[in-house]
Amino acid sequence: MKKILVIGSGPIIIGQAAEFDYAGTQACKSLKEEGYEVVLINSNPATIMTDEETADAVYIEPLTPEFCERVIARERPDGLLPTLGGQTGLNLASQLAERGILEKYNVTLLGTQLDAIRKAEDREEFRGLMRTIKEPVPESWIIESEDELHALLDIVPYPCIVRPAYTLGGTGGGIANTQEELIEIGRKGLKLSMRTQLMIERSLLGWKEVEYEVMRDKNGCVITVCNMENFDPMGVHTGDSIVVAPSQTLSDVEYHLLRTASLKIISALKIEGGCNVQLAVNPESFDYYIIEVNPRVSRSSALASKATGYPIARVAAKIAIGKTLDEIENMVTKTTKACFEPALDYCVVKIPRWPFDKFGGGDRSLGTQMKATGEVMAIDRSFEAAFMKAIRGLEVKQKDLRHSRLQGTHEEPAISDSDLMKLLQFPTDERLWGVAEAIRRGMSNDEIYAVAKVDSWFLDKMRLLMDVEERLVRVRITAGESESLEEVVRDAFLIGFPSHSIRSLLAADQWITDAVSELNVKYDMTTVANLDGAVSDAVFGLANYMDWRAEGERYAPTPSDPIPEYHMGSINQQAIDEVRNEAYRAGLGPFLFKRLESITVGEFLAFTEEARRIIEEVKVQPVFKMVDTCAGEFESATPYYYGTFEQENDVVAG
Amino acid sequence: MTYLVLSDGTVFKGSALGAEGDGFGEVVFNTGMTGYQEILTDPSYAGQIVVFTYPLIGNYGINLDDFESNGIKPTGIVVKEACEKPSNWRSRQSIHEYLLEQNLSAIQGIDTRALTKRIRSGGVTMGLITRDPDAAIAKMKAQKSYGDTNFVEQVTTTEPYAWGFGGREDFSTDTEGFRGTIAVLDCGLKYNILRRFAALGIKSLVYPSSASADQLLEHNPNGVLLSPGPGDPALLSPVVETVKSLIGRKPMFGICLGNQLLCRAAGGDTFKLKFGHRGSNHPVKNLVTGHVTITSQNHGYAVHPETLEGTQAQVTEINMNDETVEGISIKGEQAESIQYHPEAAPGPWDSRLHFVNFVDQIIGS
Repeated sequence: MKKILVIGSGPIIIGQAAEFDYAGTQACKSLKEEGYEVVLINSNPATIMTDEETADAVYIEPLTPEFCERVIARERPDGLLPTLGGQTGLNLASQLAERGILEKYNVTLLGTQLDAIRKAEDREEFRGLMRTIKEPVPESWIIESEDELHALLDIVPYPCIVRPAYTLGGTGGGIANTQEELIEIGRKGLKLSMRTQLMIERSLLGWKEVEYEVMRDKNGCVITVCNMENFDPMGVHTGDSIVVAPSQTLSDVEYHLLRTASLKIISALKIEGGCNVQLAVNPESFDYYIIEVNPRVSRSSALASKATGYPIARVAAKIAIGKTLDEIENMVTKTTKACFEPALDYCVVKIPRWPFDKFGGGDRSLGTQMKATGEVMAIDRSFEAAFMKAIRGLEVKQKDLRHSRLQGTHEEPAISDSDLMKLLQFPTDERLWGVAEAIRRGMSNDEIYAVAKVDSWFLDKMRLLMDVEERLVRVRITAGESESLEEVVRDAFLIGFPSHSIRSLLAADQWITDAVSELNVKYDMTTVANLDGAVSDAVFGLANYMDWRAEGERYAPTPSDPIPEYHMGSINQQAIDEVRNEAYRAGLGPFLFKRLESITVGEFLAFTEEARRIIEEVKVQPVFKMVDTCAGEFESATPYYYGTFEQENDVVAG
Repeated sequence: MTYLVLSDGTVFKGSALGAEGDGFGEVVFNTGMTGYQEILTDPSYAGQIVVFTYPLIGNYGINLDDFESNGIKPTGIVVKEACEKPSNWRSRQSIHEYLLEQNLSAIQGIDTRALTKRIRSGGVTMGLITRDPDAAIAKMKAQKSYGDTNFVEQVTTTEPYAWGFGGREDFSTDTEGFRGTIAVLDCGLKYNILRRFAALGIKSLVYPSSASADQLLEHNPNGVLLSPGPGDPALLSPVVETVKSLIGRKPMFGICLGNQLLCRAAGGDTFKLKFGHRGSNHPVKNLVTGHVTITSQNHGYAVHPETLEGTQAQVTEINMNDETVEGISIKGEQAESIQYHPEAAPGPWDSRLHFVNFVDQIIGS
């Protein structure tokens, strides 16, 4: 074999994270490394995959069997590698095989064979295979009459999902929590189904969702590259879930129970390459179900590769051309082989990035259909720090666990408790801030779990972050009396708060000090009786200035209303609004109103000055650690680094 | 403030975890991401301070089922962060509570990666977990070093006992309902070995490491198991003699220290690895079938392959990372052993088949 055709993934679409682009490019490089001539077909110009150095020949053509055949006829490749281009590549390969094109031009299909892929993707064949190897899939029943429905009432586990067959858009289905609900939904469903047929399936809503990335070579050697646990339980698509690696709440027995199941599945499917197994795990027992198997490199593989440093796509490509795991060099250590399982000595957090901020009015609810268009990953030695970094990586308005819409602004009231509960139960992209707000409002883990089903391990970790947030607010409200400013600032840095969050939580931003001191000079606030109004003017961008001046005549600026010059020099309306919201988010309003009787403006100014100084002084400098696949056991080198507050730098930059 | 002081004077500052008091031992690291409860109760860690490379330890708490012996066996542990509020349906207490209950002092807040890299490059070293770093070196000098201590006699059972379907029970030769029995030479075994045999219908008769070959064979077991255990096998000449006299009399299977004992019984030698193999991700290649398996490991000593030349023993398996010996067998005799842990606990279950094969061999399938 000399020449290999690789099918690319075509355009990037919603519901992907560009993972196939990554996998396909890795595969091309990996094959070239082995001395093969690589021919690529891909219609996407905006990918490094179609760069000149990725393949020897790049056909910018539509990914259809007709175009593919033409390329095959011209290039006459010996092999075709379809398993690294996502679903497009797999579908195209099946069509080429069915139409006899591969046979006609004597092209060998590399990697996992098509019948294995079909077995993994065809619902019935997959269930059959799982039964053969005794791996559990969610039970389901098909009924065609009310009598059959009644016969099932005592048998099915509740809650169960009712799906009428052949209705438009799945109408008439639903989740039944009790026998009564099942009778009601079932009867309605039977009427609506064009063939009077219903499928009733065990509901796994609220179970833990866990994934394993596994690999297998032609000799049957199997390894796990990484496992992952979802913050969001079953019910939210994995691509829309916050994910951590490795799993955090599984004991060794549970970890290996699920690992063994995953390896059994990849072995039974005879996959040659990478595979992703998704499992639902009962949070109260050893019960689990196999939810889905992706018989190829997937989005999770990309995450697992970067999370561990183990190059899944690169190794999968080498397996596809017949190499075995014990032959493939471990590029990380150079001395060991690709046949091992990465050991992490850090925690990885992935948060999806949704496009809702670009499409106002879009349905933000998250469910079984993936809506994310990308994702960010963060690594640190603790979950809290990785989580806080991932939030910053999102490039959304929120830079920490505060959220102005949920907490309220000076213009808009905070979200009501009942709406907050709805957000926890029916997740949107804002749920993580919803969880934070629930903790802020004093809700217990049990109360949050009852609706959100987010494991208490995650809730307690978020609680630790919220504790620090609260301490920062308290030390500010008391102008440093509640505890040592230095201690709380240090704790805030170490747990993962960025300095700008610490500054704003302490109301120590320079603009606040400037505004307050300017007013102080102007109006000599220490001598004015109504200090509340004066200082709130300062921090609310002087908007309430008139209120203080004209006794009750509230100043309500409108966009057309020019800002009187004596307010704050040249600050415009937008700036004032920002300032007001920022001040509100910082919790500054309540502080000033509540506390000014006992602390003077002078004390406040001294506190902010001190806070700024301490933030700069305490500011812990991170060191950089390397992602090395082996937790430091071997000398190794990857280009992946992460910053963390630890004692020793892994590699001195040079 | 609590300190970990290494014998070369290096001091790591951290905070207290578990009980007060000093912990002295050989500082070793384990790279497994789960399994701290099993590791804490594994007798092979006797005399050692275990550094967990995974930074978040205690996440799923301590449960009532996953103990590998009757209590904590290492002399200290070092973690980055001990979880105060574990979450798992079986969890009964936090790791801190368990350490307090078992009176083990530990340390957290350490840059365990920096410490691990140090052990990797300098080899294992003695260390002391203490609140008083100034006195540490003197205290350590007063103690016997790890390599000179016979830990097996500290962890082996004092009295013979049996293990059946319901777990540990008084010694009896009543085998009703069992497919057979196995005599276990306990040098520091893990309960999961006995659980695996029970799951296959085999009753275990467990004997102290001082038991003679005749004692072990007194009730005519179907086979003999040489258990894992702590320390340098070179200190165990009487046990090696026992093993030597068992070769050829009954089918024998050795695990970990059992592998080293069988090697020495065959006339081979063992040596100390620089920093050992401790983790759940070690690839092992079977030289006969060519098959590679991911294994659970915990050993600081290994079989010296050259010293097996000219003996009846042959190497059957090797480690893919450093090509050290992972299994041997005695030619012409039903005696073989492996360096890794087929019972897992913690670690992958991929080599459980060893139990099935051994039972098939001694009972017939």
